[in-house]
Amino acid sequence: MTDNSDGIGGLTFDKSKRSWPNEFNIFFALIIIIVIFEALGQILPYMNDQSFLFDTKDRFDTIFNEARLKIIILQVAIIGIIALGVTQVIITAGIDLSSGPLVAATAMVAMSFAQTELVNGNPNPKALFGTWAMDLPVVVPVVIGLVFGAFIGAINGTFIAFLRIPPFIATLGMFLVCRGIALWWSSGNPISFPTESYKFIGSGMMPVVWFLSLAVIFHIIMKYTVYGKHTYAIGSNEDAARMSGINVKRHKVMVYMIASMLAAFAGIVLSAKASTAQAGMGEFYELFAIAMAVIGGISLTGGRGSIIGTVLGAMVLGVIRSGFTFIKLDGSYQLMAMGSIIIAAVILDQYRQRNRA
Amino acid sequence: MSSEIVLKTENLTKHYGGVHALVGANFEMKKGEHVAIMGDNGAGKSTFVRQITGVEQRTSGTVSLYGEEVNFTGPLDARQAGIETVFQTLALADDLDVPDNLFLGRELTKWNWLGPFRRLDYKAMREATMQGLVKTGVKIPNIKNSIQNMSGGQRQCVAIARTATFASKLTIMDEPTAALGVQETAQVENIIRNMKEQGAPLILVSHNMRQVFDLVDRIVVFRRGRIVANLNKDETDGQDVVAYITGVKTGAEYEGAA
Repeated sequence: MTDNSDGIGGLTFDKSKRSWPNEFNIFFALIIIIVIFEALGQILPYMNDQSFLFDTKDRFDTIFNEARLKIIILQVAIIGIIALGVTQVIITAGIDLSSGPLVAATAMVAMSFAQTELVNGNPNPKALFGTWAMDLPVVVPVVIGLVFGAFIGAINGTFIAFLRIPPFIATLGMFLVCRGIALWWSSGNPISFPTESYKFIGSGMMPVVWFLSLAVIFHIIMKYTVYGKHTYAIGSNEDAARMSGINVKRHKVMVYMIASMLAAFAGIVLSAKASTAQAGMGEFYELFAIAMAVIGGISLTGGRGSIIGTVLGAMVLGVIRSGFTFIKLDGSYQLMAMGSIIIAAVILDQYRQRNRA
Repeated sequence: MSSEIVLKTENLTKHYGGVHALVGANFEMKKGEHVAIMGDNGAGKSTFVRQITGVEQRTSGTVSLYGEEVNFTGPLDARQAGIETVFQTLALADDLDVPDNLFLGRELTKWNWLGPFRRLDYKAMREATMQGLVKTGVKIPNIKNSIQNMSGGQRQCVAIARTATFASKLTIMDEPTAALGVQETAQVENIIRNMKEQGAPLILVSHNMRQVFDLVDRIVVFRRGRIVANLNKDETDGQDVVAYITGVKTGAEYEGAA
């Protein structure tokens, strides 16, 4: 089939010639960070030779410190759900700053339809609506929350795709609007006491189950469907995508809608986990979600990155957070370290791009 | 005989405000013919191409494809009608590989009931890509490579293979070798010869006299927005063409036009 007679090069399809996937690099970075904390546990005098991830209690049934592993992934699961959507937005060369406040707004909206009528035999002290909105089946608040998210996403997408407002500005505006909605919805009062079935959505390891199953679903969608291919194409070369017949505007609206629905779902899970909804919820979530994507190798210039990368990026953030707690450094150091790592990730990404060109 | 005429324009005119970029262009090409469009910068070559491919809307005149009058509202319309264009700025997505780019916007899919989430048929697209590349004689070391890892010549070849793979009724190339090296230019020219053998009609916009004489049957010269010559390759030479381009001569049938 191939013909090399003119010496310019043959025509081959060679799987072994695939370039080194960036996900491996992030995975190695994750391992290195774990090793560093493991070593610090042995070296630092006040740590008494504790192990970061391994079980040191000499029980025979486990190798790893399961409690810590669970906490690491549970801590990042809810923001991770947002990051799955933000990843898609960034791949189209956009950005979504509105997801954090949208988490709070959705938590308020959904929770107000998830309240239970009687708390220990007394009327719900935090009741927002009348009894008609009490003890509804769990699908009602979930669907209302997701529709609310889709609505916000549709507005974001319409402003960005049809009115050509830069994504940064459009979603910055929506950031404030959503925080406003969250405060206005119940005049700033928390909404509490949800039904048992609503609580279940966020109970125990359920956030992790949601995060990982949504990650698998969106990994498949981004890699194996037309939606995914067009998302990459738009981020890679929007003009080429348009010339090729892709309805770029409609597609962008869809991407922002999906991202906002994921953020809305994160709000539902968060309020279910906390059994309460408050207007101040989800502070900085949008930034941490973007950080997960960036650490995971999603290029801010669009076109490159994967869901696997974002999941690894989420794990990196989770391990750092847990590691700093482990070596007993407080939150202020964590923020400084995370900030440095985000900047380092972008520098590495730019360096790789320059090497390629 | 009308079906033997691939493309025909009558009195094709385009004004940009007060600028008459294209005036009364009458152009015709037959099946299997390769025609070159030559002329100085600003002579109206690209304007002519943009009117045919629907990138811009003409001021007046008609365009017919295979005997039928067409009115394209955009480049997509033209593509669906079978006019494939290799633009000067390559419309390729840098982060995608060769099959992805060939099938961008017209992916082969399975499970179509899933709407936008229908599944990509990677295997079928890969096989069709290989066939298309063999057919056009395009050689690319590894089609799984993303476009950004390719040389300028390889990129151009991908763009050309895309137009050729989709067995279009008419291919238009706007200076396909302007940015390429010697070897890469040779490769692109080979592809064009291949298309000639297969009888695929082509309009080639080029500044390269040697290339034009090597590849095409007929040369149409534009000057200051008008067609000033329609020359058979065998009846002309480089100096003659230059004379038409620079305005020293004007074709008999176009006297008084320019």
